[in-house]
Amino acid sequence: MAEPKKTQLNALHRELGGKMVEFGGYDMPVQFPTGVLKEHLHTRAACGLFDVSHMGQGALSGAGVAAAFEALVPGAIQELKPGQTRYTLLLNDQGGIRDDLMVTRPADDEDFSSLLLVVNAGTKDADFAHLAAHLGGKLAIERFEDRALLALQGPQAAAVFARHCPEAATMKFMTAAKLKVMGLDCIVWRSGYTGEDGYEISVPGDAAEDFARKLLAEPEVLPIGLGARDSLRLEAGLCLYGHDLDETTTPVEAALTWAIGKRRKMEKNFPGAEIIMNQLFDGASRKRVGILPLEKAPAREGTEIRSEAGETIGVITSGGFGPTVNAPIAMGYVPPAYAEDGTPLLLVVRGQARPARVAPMPFASHRYYRG
Amino acid sequence: MTVYFTDQHEWVSVDGEIATVGITTHAAEQLGDVVFVELPTIGKVVSARKEAAVVESVKAASDVYTPVSGEVVEANEAVAAEPAKVNEDPEGAGWFFKVKLSNHGDLSNLMDKAAYDAFVAANG
Repeated sequence: MAEPKKTQLNALHRELGGKMVEFGGYDMPVQFPTGVLKEHLHTRAACGLFDVSHMGQGALSGAGVAAAFEALVPGAIQELKPGQTRYTLLLNDQGGIRDDLMVTRPADDEDFSSLLLVVNAGTKDADFAHLAAHLGGKLAIERFEDRALLALQGPQAAAVFARHCPEAATMKFMTAAKLKVMGLDCIVWRSGYTGEDGYEISVPGDAAEDFARKLLAEPEVLPIGLGARDSLRLEAGLCLYGHDLDETTTPVEAALTWAIGKRRKMEKNFPGAEIIMNQLFDGASRKRVGILPLEKAPAREGTEIRSEAGETIGVITSGGFGPTVNAPIAMGYVPPAYAEDGTPLLLVVRGQARPARVAPMPFASHRYYRG
Repeated sequence: MTVYFTDQHEWVSVDGEIATVGITTHAAEQLGDVVFVELPTIGKVVSARKEAAVVESVKAASDVYTPVSGEVVEANEAVAAEPAKVNEDPEGAGWFFKVKLSNHGDLSNLMDKAAYDAFVAANG
């Protein structure tokens, strides 16, 4: 296997005692000396800084960018207002999910000629190749390889960030702005993947370490690794691509139908639209649900789900211990007949069927800033 | 009382016929915060170097192997109720289970403290 790549903060992670692992082709800190449990709780109580520079940043530009991009996703992109961000899905022709991503209409883009994209690390090369193959003739496609991406998350994130960027304080969840932060040209989003209020900040790569050090110098802020990022997003009920979503999973199965725009449902002109619309009307054979094990044993990814009658009906796609919930939590796929909240299930952990039930997500309430 | 260590990072403390088993301080540090412990049922017969318990952090589940064969005579319900005890005192109050030894010869394959410390130092 190829040597894992390094983000602009790699040396800082090592200096801070990060325990490094390979993720999405990158050498990344899974935890710092604080440890996953306390990093998770600290993010919910105060503020955590995450390096997400491994994710793919880029832009599409050209006349008619929104309509052109809609050929690849089910989201209502043309309706985006300046500075608005939306979660959407790159779909294959069977309606399967190639990737999930954030798409933003820049705030200063009055004539709507560009879109900013943030895609997953493990899929970014395939994503940009897919974009080039389908849109390369019509649009300019740019990758921001020289930019880092940091996430500042938690209830103290707004107070901390206001010291460096007062303009960001009034930004609302799922909006973006180009702002000067510490004298640097940054793109700032009020967003994140923890369920907490906070920001994601695209920073010039050569200044990223200094930028991170200044945020870490704030008394509320601790560096947080990918371990806590994973437990935070699972508590928030958010999907991890390659685990909860993949090319064989449709938005209907993944319970992401809210990501299909109203107009797009009428137009039925996104990839796999026929399959997806049929599933919307007739139901899919499986659905992603939240699952609470009723005993203390966590049920990890790959755990078999059985009905109370003992029939194998599905599989856990993400599972572990939720530090804020202080109990095991999971998500997985079951047939619609078993998808109602409260439905009893069995999870086969180490050969033993253990009781669980379908539960609403998020497991920990979202605390986004909506103004 | 003599304490022995394994290359799978368990310790076993032997008092006559009864062996108390837990995970080493090094293992607890590597695991991070323990959030779940599954103990063997009392009366279960376990075999040396086979899985006997499970310890889980936020991230992952790991097997705990028994260094010695025999019948489980006690399980530490305090760590099942409060898994953080494993991190607080891994080689003391954070013990996992006790086994009535069926083969004292199992002990001859184990390391003493100095040998284990050297093993950890050599293996990171």
